Amino acid sequence: MNSLSIKKFDFISIIIVSLLIIIGLVNIYSSTYFDNMSFFSFKTPFGKQLIFTSISLIIFLFILVSDDRFFFRYSSIIYILGILLLIAVLIFGNEIKGAKSWFSLMGFSLQPSEFMKPITGLALAKYLSNIHSDLKRKSIQLYSFLIVLIPIFLVIIQPDPGTALIYFSFFFVLYVIGLPSIYMNIFIGLTILFITTVLLGKQNILFIISILLISIVLIYIYRKLSIRKILFFGILSLVFILCIDFVFNEVFEQRHRDRFDIVLGIKEDNKGIGYNTNQSQLAFKSGGFFGEGFLKGTQTKGDFVPEQHSDYIFATVGEEWGFFGSIFTIILFTILILRMINRANTNRNLFNKIFIYSVASIFFFQFTINISMVIGIFPTVGIPLPFISYGGSSLLASIILFGGYIKLDSVKKEKW
Amino acid sequence: MRDKLFQIIVIAISSLLIIRLFNLQIINNNSSQILERASIQKVYDFPERGYIYDRNKKLIVYNEPYYDLMIIPKDIEISDSMSISKELNITSRDFLTRLNKAKTYSPVKPSILISGITKNEYANIQEKLWKFSGLFIQKKSKRKYNFKTASNLFGYISEVNTYEIDNNPYYRAGEMIGRQGLEKSYENILRGKKGVKYFQKDKFNRIIGRYNNGNYDSLLIPAKNIEVTLDIDLQVYGDSLMKNKFGSIIAIEPNSGEILALVNSPGYDPSLLVGRDRSYNYNNLNLDSIGKPLFERGLQGQYPPGSTFKIINALIGLQENVIQEETLFRCNGGHFYAKNAFMKCHTNEETYTDLNNAIYTSCNTYFAKTYKEIIENYETSSIGLDKWKDYVTSFGFGNFLGYDHPIGKRGFIPNSDYYNRWYNNSWRASTTISNSIGQGEVLTTPIQLANFAAIIANKGWYIPPHFVKNIDNDSIDKNYKNIKETLISEKHFDPIIKGMIDVVEKGTAQNSKIKGITFAGKTGTAENFIKINGQRKQLTDHSIFIGFAPAEDPKIAICVFIENGYWGTRWAAPISSLIAEKYLKRNVERKWLEKYILNGNLTEEYMKPYLYENFTINE
Repeated sequence: MNSLSIKKFDFISIIIVSLLIIIGLVNIYSSTYFDNMSFFSFKTPFGKQLIFTSISLIIFLFILVSDDRFFFRYSSIIYILGILLLIAVLIFGNEIKGAKSWFSLMGFSLQPSEFMKPITGLALAKYLSNIHSDLKRKSIQLYSFLIVLIPIFLVIIQPDPGTALIYFSFFFVLYVIGLPSIYMNIFIGLTILFITTVLLGKQNILFIISILLISIVLIYIYRKLSIRKILFFGILSLVFILCIDFVFNEVFEQRHRDRFDIVLGIKEDNKGIGYNTNQSQLAFKSGGFFGEGFLKGTQTKGDFVPEQHSDYIFATVGEEWGFFGSIFTIILFTILILRMINRANTNRNLFNKIFIYSVASIFFFQFTINISMVIGIFPTVGIPLPFISYGGSSLLASIILFGGYIKLDSVKKEKW
Repeated sequence: MRDKLFQIIVIAISSLLIIRLFNLQIINNNSSQILERASIQKVYDFPERGYIYDRNKKLIVYNEPYYDLMIIPKDIEISDSMSISKELNITSRDFLTRLNKAKTYSPVKPSILISGITKNEYANIQEKLWKFSGLFIQKKSKRKYNFKTASNLFGYISEVNTYEIDNNPYYRAGEMIGRQGLEKSYENILRGKKGVKYFQKDKFNRIIGRYNNGNYDSLLIPAKNIEVTLDIDLQVYGDSLMKNKFGSIIAIEPNSGEILALVNSPGYDPSLLVGRDRSYNYNNLNLDSIGKPLFERGLQGQYPPGSTFKIINALIGLQENVIQEETLFRCNGGHFYAKNAFMKCHTNEETYTDLNNAIYTSCNTYFAKTYKEIIENYETSSIGLDKWKDYVTSFGFGNFLGYDHPIGKRGFIPNSDYYNRWYNNSWRASTTISNSIGQGEVLTTPIQLANFAAIIANKGWYIPPHFVKNIDNDSIDKNYKNIKETLISEKHFDPIIKGMIDVVEKGTAQNSKIKGITFAGKTGTAENFIKINGQRKQLTDHSIFIGFAPAEDPKIAICVFIENGYWGTRWAAPISSLIAEKYLKRNVERKWLEKYILNGNLTEEYMKPYLYENFTINE
């Protein structure tokens, strides 16, 4: 074991994360509070979260004192073990809320898909830090995609689309470290197509695309653009629109369609499917500028905002601590993520660098999607807010990611 | 490396989230939405529905308390269900279906198990209720009537339906709304405005206190009582006269447009449409296809006005200067109004009639010729007819009169377009000659005829008839204070009124004289048809009368309409005179006439088309 370089640790980030965990504990306490609730009861969500916090602290310290080369050496084996765990959960796991994603152990539930996030990050970092791994090469692209797609597939069939969605943050990492921009362009194009197709209907978009194609072909005749590219994208979008139509109308259930319809403003239903989003938005509105105060929030007590201590915890923050509380939280997250990217830039160890990008990207995705969902600009998906939402697996996974960052960030040189 | 791009994206998205939150928490947080939160319980405070009085301040409609048995499904011991259903006198299967229905609505919130329990039943149930958990009694109130009359006029109230809940933010499920009649048109006044208190609920749905110290609460605004224009004694008397006869009586105070009576026969007890049995009773009333008690003949019935319409043609003739008071027309038991087209008249052969004579003998020839002259006074029949229509509609015919009751019909006054379409542009005054004597295409409602009588009494103007005289601390619609003028000059009414006085003095309605009161009127007899099994059959004529009294200073204008009563003289005229006498003298001296009317029974006449294959009419 090499000597600990305590001075090189990013203490500002550690303070930020400590603040976020405290915000989480305070709001979990408040949103699950009832009269005569005992402060230390391991049966209340708050009590459980306190235990998880202590465990997290131990794991965090353990990561800090461990040898950083350990991660590099064993990441492949850990990855394979992780995949085996994801397969095992499909067979032996407990079904909670319709998804087989949990192992139950002595009253606590563990979610392997959460722990697979840092593991995938390690595997990807290891594969791409290899001197021969050039992302411009198709085969390298293919293998890196596979590293991410295997866990995505296993998580989707649980089914837990929310967590699976977070794994897409790894594609963003690939893009940041040099994946050809065509993939990103295709992705952005398809996203726009998806939204416009749902909004405007298949026929209209097909019509618009055809017009565009014809005009581009006409331009090509004069300007000598690559006809193959044009046709490729044209046909791709046509096929994609037909796919969206099929997926949206045949594969999606009505509840999924409703979620999109509500966010896109096609449908309004504050009593049925839009209830969550509406009640959560009302919590923000009643929070106002300064909030209603600790334990004074009325909307986020009792099950008025569903999942209020886990996925919808941010609504409690918004109601009890107001606009100040909610932007304070957002700013903490933003500083944390920006710091990670900044420090990764100066890290000369490629493995460390890629892993830190992965951590930043995962936190960024989770934080953005969760908050967007709670304030009603993203369809409802089950994604917790890192460090703040109630949930042991989520907290432990976040701490492992963060611990990995602190540890690998402190080692800036290429040692091997 | 695209690390800069990564940072830009992070900053951009965080700013977007902050902007959205700013929008949500600072700009858009109005309080009305906040009050819709699930954590706030609204408790409503309902004002008692307003009472209805008559013009002499006699109470007609008020409220009576009744009770609902409420159920909270989660508190019900299922082992009790047998004994509960036994106590409540319902089958246990019925009880279980109601329990399930309540459970679907909410297992923790109260739903109605049995609604509309009377005071007596309440006392009975109250004794046994303590034995069972999950049941309690809620006090409510329902409409109660002091007189069994004018049911369609007052209308009824019933629970709001889903459409109303969705479209009117005021109403919530289970609340009552005026469904028909004055209860509907004066809903906002009779209802008042409910108050609301906001309570904070805790995690377990228990109320823990007032929300925001009651700052958002609103107090209830009490309902207002209304005073209708009816004279309830006259109304009840009218009901008794109409026994065993189908039709309507409408009486209007000419100088105010206030409706003194609106009798519809056959009538029904208004309390049938109250409470638990309402929909059952409503269906039964609705199924009476012969009597049609829910059909308010006075407002909805469109009939040919018959000879009463001759008056308006005389007025138009005078105004258009095509006849004078002295004008004589030859009548030979009728006349040829076109080649081979003869209109019969009941006058003697070889008579010459002037206006006065024509009115009190109701001479068809005179008015047919007048009508023809009116139309032919213009270069084409179309222009003439449209001019004629302008006059007629200025009396309120052919359109809604603007009264404060939700039901009604326009009637029908044809114009030139109508005949152009019908006769393919080739028609003349003589083609439409039936309009002169109130047959043919013209259709009027009894209230239009009553209003017509009021116009004659006023010599040329009217105030739209209406049913509400006073509202507590509030004024009635200003339309009911404004005079509407007709297109006929005042001076032309004098010879008409003289003719109408003579109708009673020496003409067709001599049986309707009232001692000490000059009664002016005009009889009418209208042919009518019915379709039975696809066949058009003629029925006995309708008996019609319009009139007003006293002729010198009219206090009451009346229209009486008796379906299939044959001559106007036979039923409508005497009934009108009794109504006038009752209203003006407060009691009736002509007991023999009253007895004749009270005993009059037309039931057999109404049965004829349904009982006999071939039947005789106009007996």
